[in-house]
Amino acid sequence: MSSSQTYSHAAGQPAAGSPDEPYLVVDDLTVRFPTADGLVQAVTGLSYSLEQGKTLGIVGESGSGKSVSSMAIMGLHDYKRTRMSGSIRVGGREIIGLASDDMRSIRGGDVSMIFQDPLSSLHPFYSIGAQISEAYLAHNKVSKSKAREKAIEMLDRVGIPQPKSRVDDFPHQFSGGMRQRAMIAMALVNDPKLLIADEPTTALDVTVQAQILDLLQELQHDFNSAIIIITHDLGVVAEMADEVLVMYAGRAVEVGPTRELLTHPEMPYTWGLLSSVPDVSADTDARLIPIPGNPPSLLDPPTGCPFHPRCTHRDKVPGDLCRTELPALVTAARLGHTKRCHLANPDQIYESEVLPEIAPDLVDLVVEDSAATKNDDAAPGGAIASENR
Amino acid sequence: MFGYVVRRVISGVLVLIVISMAVFALFFYGPSDPALAYCPETRCTPQRLDNIRTSLKLDRPVVEQYADYMKGIVAGNDFQAGTISIKCGAPCLGVSFKLRVNVTDYLISKFPATLSIALGGSVIMLTIGISSGIFAARRRGTVADKGIVGVSLVVNAIPYYLLALLAYLLLISQWGIFPESGYHPILKEGPVAWAKGLLLAWLVIGISSSTQYARFSRGSMIESMNEDYVRTARAKGLSDRRVTMRHALRAAIVPVVTIFGLEFAYLLAGTIFTEKIFDIQGIGLTGLQAIGTKDLPVIAATVLIGSAFIVVANIVVDIIYSVIDPRVRLS
Repeated sequence: MSSSQTYSHAAGQPAAGSPDEPYLVVDDLTVRFPTADGLVQAVTGLSYSLEQGKTLGIVGESGSGKSVSSMAIMGLHDYKRTRMSGSIRVGGREIIGLASDDMRSIRGGDVSMIFQDPLSSLHPFYSIGAQISEAYLAHNKVSKSKAREKAIEMLDRVGIPQPKSRVDDFPHQFSGGMRQRAMIAMALVNDPKLLIADEPTTALDVTVQAQILDLLQELQHDFNSAIIIITHDLGVVAEMADEVLVMYAGRAVEVGPTRELLTHPEMPYTWGLLSSVPDVSADTDARLIPIPGNPPSLLDPPTGCPFHPRCTHRDKVPGDLCRTELPALVTAARLGHTKRCHLANPDQIYESEVLPEIAPDLVDLVVEDSAATKNDDAAPGGAIASENR
Repeated sequence: MFGYVVRRVISGVLVLIVISMAVFALFFYGPSDPALAYCPETRCTPQRLDNIRTSLKLDRPVVEQYADYMKGIVAGNDFQAGTISIKCGAPCLGVSFKLRVNVTDYLISKFPATLSIALGGSVIMLTIGISSGIFAARRRGTVADKGIVGVSLVVNAIPYYLLALLAYLLLISQWGIFPESGYHPILKEGPVAWAKGLLLAWLVIGISSSTQYARFSRGSMIESMNEDYVRTARAKGLSDRRVTMRHALRAAIVPVVTIFGLEFAYLLAGTIFTEKIFDIQGIGLTGLQAIGTKDLPVIAATVLIGSAFIVVANIVVDIIYSVIDPRVRLS
């Protein structure tokens, strides 16, 4: 099934390895984990690309494959327990099947990652400075004192006050926000061309979240790196991402430029995500509608469209199509984005049925909107209520 | 930190006082009569028994004897019995009934043998235990891992005295693969003679105790290798070796240190089976012989010294803990 998937971005891509190729190209990536219970189909036929200086937001529930696909770019999966196919090219270099020594030079160098919980992601027994300089020393032949200076410089860069004395502090002496700043300093110490941020604000205080996002944007501006931000917070996506990739059950189900996708989503799962976002400033008539049911088991994913058991709009599709056939990722009714859905007129359903329920005050705006008008309110902040842990 | 150590030392001393009382009580209210042990069976008259009692001061009330004992520990206590005079400075643990010597000096002279066994055995048990634990953890689920866990369970199931006895009988007496065992002081007879005499004892203690360290460090290592900070270390592009040794092992070793600290104290308190089987005159064998001759001052001293090692080891482990884990602050 995966070989038949094409969408507008992929179609426009230059050939593999050409100098015009975007910095990151993921092509038909499939990741599977053999377990005692069977084969976990964590990611299936995923394709996307990302240019330098741009930000891609990957959204989806837990277990939708967003972290697994990003860990694959870092080569962090245990190759003995993982089956991977497809292609991941970073700066024109194929990652899948790369020797572990070569992979190590990319990991933490050209591509680096920050994780969800900075307390558990930092080693409790080493000082912040030692952990940052270790990352620098792994990729640069310099003296330890040079690496320490670099660590102080990076701590200063990410806004840690008195970096010269804080460099010797241990992670438990830092606050949550400062720890995440230190993680960011560690990830950026080697000037990576691609930064993967796996739910970087989830474990943080709401007031700190905004600071961290601002910091990431500012650093992206300075370093011109590409960023993949993995999140289930559509507010984060609205603020950070140039493009959004919505994942469900290990597949891309909707892809497009952020504003376009958030204002004119065409896939019922994306509607579900939007309608389950609480917004303090929203119309009091707006309802918070969770997505019914649970995420599917990746051991035995549903037939046809993986979202069909939870989809409230499947009766609008003629016949048994949703249950029997996986919809291809095709260009949406509106140009510029792609979706994986059998619905014939999703744009009309969204405007007439979904929007009045979740954001009555926006109906007129969106209907009039012709993709050019400003409409930031359609992307309210907050976590998705259906997030299933 | 200082206040913490002082508090711990005070409570440790209280524990030791209670233990010394318990030893005295067991000795005096137990079913046997120490004086009988020193009365020749064939010519033992009541008169003679009384004389022995008097000379060992066993005729005096228990409380008085105990007070005398405690006074000796704190201030020293010189003994005078007929023509014999024994100097015994603080801490005086009494004078042996049987040998008529100062128990403190006597046990100090036995201590190097026990310390030698404990040191050599510990090196072997930690080296084998921790390295096979790491090896198994890195290859979890493979044949090598299952082999290590299986072998360690089997070795662990063999009673220690049986293992030591078989090793002695086969490897030294029968086949002569190992040199004759015994304790040769390193300062007097040189390190080669010292190591030769203790080699098999070290191996037996080391291998049999290494099994629990293998399983323990394997479990601890598997746990720490699944920690987020180990994933971070890999994400930095560090080598597998560095990730394992500097990041995963650094965290996994902490609980192992705790167990080892207490185990080492037990070894210092006397490795009775090892000393008996390999004929090494250490604290353990001395204590065993004293029980045979009902030599109260020696028994009480070995128990007290053993308890002191364990009390001290507990305090030391807590202090080491605060050094190796920066999150722990003693207060």
